[in-house]
Amino acid sequence: MEAIIEVKYAIDTFYFLVCGALVMWMAAGFTMLEAGMVRAKNTTEILTKNISLYSIACVMYLLMGYGIMYPGDGASNTFWPGIHGILGDGDNSAADVLASGGDVYYSGLSDFFFQVVFVATAMSIVSGAVAERMKLWAFLAFCVVMTGFIYPMQGFWNWGGGFLTADGGVGYVDFAGSGTVHLAGAAAALAGVILLGARKGKYGPNGQINPITGANMPLATLGTFILWLGWFGFNGGSELKLSDVGEANAVAKVFVNTNAAAAGGVIAALLTARLMFGKADLTMVLNGALAGLVAITAQPLDPSPIMATLIGAIGGVLVVFSILGLDKMKIDDPVGAISVHGVVGIWGVMAVIISNADATFMGQLTGVGVIFGWVFVSSLITWAIIKAVMGIRVTEEEEYQGLDITDCGLEAYPEFTGARGHN
Amino acid sequence: MKLVSAIIKPFKLDDAREALSEIGVQGITVTEVKGFGRQKGHTELYRGAEYVVDFLPKVKIEIAVADDLLDQVIEALSKSAQTGKIGDGKIFVFSLEQAIRIRTGETGDEAL
Repeated sequence: MEAIIEVKYAIDTFYFLVCGALVMWMAAGFTMLEAGMVRAKNTTEILTKNISLYSIACVMYLLMGYGIMYPGDGASNTFWPGIHGILGDGDNSAADVLASGGDVYYSGLSDFFFQVVFVATAMSIVSGAVAERMKLWAFLAFCVVMTGFIYPMQGFWNWGGGFLTADGGVGYVDFAGSGTVHLAGAAAALAGVILLGARKGKYGPNGQINPITGANMPLATLGTFILWLGWFGFNGGSELKLSDVGEANAVAKVFVNTNAAAAGGVIAALLTARLMFGKADLTMVLNGALAGLVAITAQPLDPSPIMATLIGAIGGVLVVFSILGLDKMKIDDPVGAISVHGVVGIWGVMAVIISNADATFMGQLTGVGVIFGWVFVSSLITWAIIKAVMGIRVTEEEEYQGLDITDCGLEAYPEFTGARGHN
Repeated sequence: MKLVSAIIKPFKLDDAREALSEIGVQGITVTEVKGFGRQKGHTELYRGAEYVVDFLPKVKIEIAVADDLLDQVIEALSKSAQTGKIGDGKIFVFSLEQAIRIRTGETGDEAL
């Protein structure tokens, strides 16, 4: 029996780590998606930004974020978790694991690893929305605050034992983070975009909307596929356990439903775009895949596979209308992050009540309000302070030149543009 | 001597090159260009918003020829690059004052 408990601990820890590695790979997905959706002159900057934000998120979460989000018994109350310092290297002893009789079933550090890649995901969402006109260093400064404090606070309220849980009073249900990760990222992005303004030339007089076409559709498509793959870790790992028949079946269902929702999102966005514009609009289809994934993330376990497909499909329709609507409101989001993760994130949270009897309309709505309200307001204040101190937007001339040259001093495709002078 | 400058549809370039070789043209210069004529541009779609591409991609062929070859060159280009649809392009003919082969210093028709 003891050997079985130890082996199960090893299997569940291994599963957790592999899922975390899959979620880590989503950073590559976001990077490629964004690199494809911006103009060639801003490619090096968006690549630099993505690998830097990932790394800052990892360090900030280690320094303070994880302690805030998961204070354990150390929380001051259900609203304020307190500051609990740097992650140590302690973990469960074999004696503790055996004494728990299997209740302690994965390594503590594997939990940190799985959580740290989630905060990086939330931060990646912000990156695309503010692309092509934000100062690199202003963005990275925001990243420090977002990953060290803003994200962990609302993460504590939902997953760390705070007031959004059933025990805490609200009864908000969010399996893998349609709200806590995706809506949070989108709220921070929206606050940034409002203070930042649209890219020059995006909106003309008389309500005219000028498309600014992305430089590389193969990269955008590759990025979407990478995100789709990574999402199996995101949702599958959130089941937290694999090592018995019931849990293994649950994990399989989460995988099936996650995949089905993405497929539903693609088909719905494809048909919506074809009906509305007369063409199969690729970037809308790519956003449709991600919308399907975001929509199912709050509850990938309870729905039947066909229900999951429909939940994803509704996300795929919503995302197309949301992108058009935000453009009408002159909220310029080059990659559609606010629509995919914010608008569809809200849909995902509300859709939980379809399949999960524990979720209530008011509980879900409260969760949406609290997460959006907290992240939006605290982000707006943070962006405003950064704007006052160092500015958040590049000059008009720098925007015209492209951030590759002004911020990074390197073009992504020098041979292609002739910058090296020998072709 | 004449300089023939022809703007044609890019996918007709191979046909035009073959037709010119057949009548004995020894060299041509090709440039990828963009522009518009009566065909005008076309509309494209990105994230639900249509936009007009004003300048279409075309290929410009430049050929320096002796006067006696001019009519054949024009005929070869006209036939090989024609689809009958709008946007087939145009042929311009200029007088060419001088030609010099850099390697040997030959001038005039000899240099072509």
